[in-house]
Amino acid sequence: MKALLVGETRDGKLLASTYETLAFAREIGAEPVMFLVGSDSALPHFDGRLHLADAARYGEYNPGVHKALLLDVIARENPQLIVFSHSSYGWDLAPRLSVALKAAQVSEVVSVVDGALVVPACNAKLRRQVRASSALTVVTLQAGAFGLAAEPTGTPTVEQVESAAAEKIEFLGYEATEKGAVDLSRAEVIVSAGRGIGKPENMAMIKDLAAALHGEFGASRPVVDAGWVEHNRQVGSTGQTVAPKLYLACGISGAIQHLAGMKKSEFVVAINTDKEAPIGEVADVLVVADVKQLVPALIAKIKAL
Amino acid sequence: MKVLVCIKQVPDMESRFKLNAAGNWYDTADLAWRMNEYDEFAVEQAVLLKEKAPDTELVALSIGPERVKEAMKKALAMGIDRGVHVQDEASFEKDPYQIASVIAEYARNENFDLILTGMQSQDRGSAQVGILVGEMLGLPAVSTVVGFALDGQVVTAKRELEGGLKAVVKVGLPALFTCQLGLNTPRYPTLPNIMKAKKKELTAIPVATLLKDEALAVTEKVSYPEKRGSGLVLEGEIGELTTKLVALLKEKTSVFK
Repeated sequence: MKALLVGETRDGKLLASTYETLAFAREIGAEPVMFLVGSDSALPHFDGRLHLADAARYGEYNPGVHKALLLDVIARENPQLIVFSHSSYGWDLAPRLSVALKAAQVSEVVSVVDGALVVPACNAKLRRQVRASSALTVVTLQAGAFGLAAEPTGTPTVEQVESAAAEKIEFLGYEATEKGAVDLSRAEVIVSAGRGIGKPENMAMIKDLAAALHGEFGASRPVVDAGWVEHNRQVGSTGQTVAPKLYLACGISGAIQHLAGMKKSEFVVAINTDKEAPIGEVADVLVVADVKQLVPALIAKIKAL
Repeated sequence: MKVLVCIKQVPDMESRFKLNAAGNWYDTADLAWRMNEYDEFAVEQAVLLKEKAPDTELVALSIGPERVKEAMKKALAMGIDRGVHVQDEASFEKDPYQIASVIAEYARNENFDLILTGMQSQDRGSAQVGILVGEMLGLPAVSTVVGFALDGQVVTAKRELEGGLKAVVKVGLPALFTCQLGLNTPRYPTLPNIMKAKKKELTAIPVATLLKDEALAVTEKVSYPEKRGSGLVLEGEIGELTTKLVALLKEKTSVFK
């Protein structure tokens, strides 16, 4: 079996998630061939063919042109699988191939069981086992679900690819979200708030607990979207990635995007009324309680130490 | 201008999910249903456009059994002009390709200037349908939009990328966009608007008249994830819980040192 892996470049740098596609190919025993819109100066380390399109010419987000480049490579390589990361690049481009090739797409694959692909459903409360009936399958991989055991090595054989396809979407540039002065990546203790805190007034107790533990406070995406906390304190794939000694998740259910931002924390305590909440999967301690009752009691206890 | 908004009805994600008898999806009994959260941002974006250009026509489409009319009524109460209910008792068994092809088949001759969808559904979460519809109709499609500004026939949109980065893109209409959380602030329907929504047109179309494609993928089974973490679960009275938790933090972490 041959797998065409689609790597990613952002702002001129190769994204590490590219190696997750390689790890997936190894796990299922497929021969890896890679496609990348990137540059000679940021090549992935692996032994195999790399179809390289010049990012200076084709841009990092030009879905119509990237689709045309990929279709050309697919026609030459004839793979059984096309593998993307389940990222803003992957979930945008993969369905375009699905239509062009009438190939099944299976999104956010976390594992492979007897040749069937396993994906999460309902906020990771369920797992769905999916089998494609098309000869060619497009998959996107959940961030962090597959990883190489060792540092990647090797040198690809580069083949330049070109396309004269026109693009209907004009890329104007990147824009950074204001990060402000808050750098949570260096914090040793983070107390983070989720939707379970109930109302914005309850952020006060989260901040108090963070202060009592000499740490910073953070929040999950819904709390930031609701305007209860500034975006510069959002933890997760679209916010900051953190690795404190203690991460205290208060009323956070544990969507995969949030877990991606905090699962490297040394010790994770989750406070949640739902014993089945996915945050339990990464928590060292799950306290089954209402944040609004437990947090004030915990602050009092710590202050009495 | 004519706008199509695609909406899906999903269960409340706080629900305890039981498996259905066939073992290929969740049991739909005893669930509380709501509009897919991402789609609320798509509806709001459409209503905002109509507020600026009152001659805009807003159409919402939803696929599913009778109960999806409830989600449709919410969209109508938020300000959508009319609804299209594609009747399908087995929509949960269709793959994203079929769902998209049903929508594309409906939209093909309707000449929409703009199609808005959520970037994914909360239950299936495939994040495919919007882009699939755009490709099937030959429209430029932009996913994961957190910024949207229409000037004449040109949209400047911001795509949300990873790590606090956005990509700014420009695209001419007709086009399709998939909406990400945070694009706007979806309104709550007011009581007068809920009353008005009851009089709005809701057309029913049997799915068989729009379905032309076979499924490309099938759900073999659904299960609960294996419990991975060997994490400790503390339950009980609040005072007891805080005592245990502080003891654990002293033992396992250096935060009190």
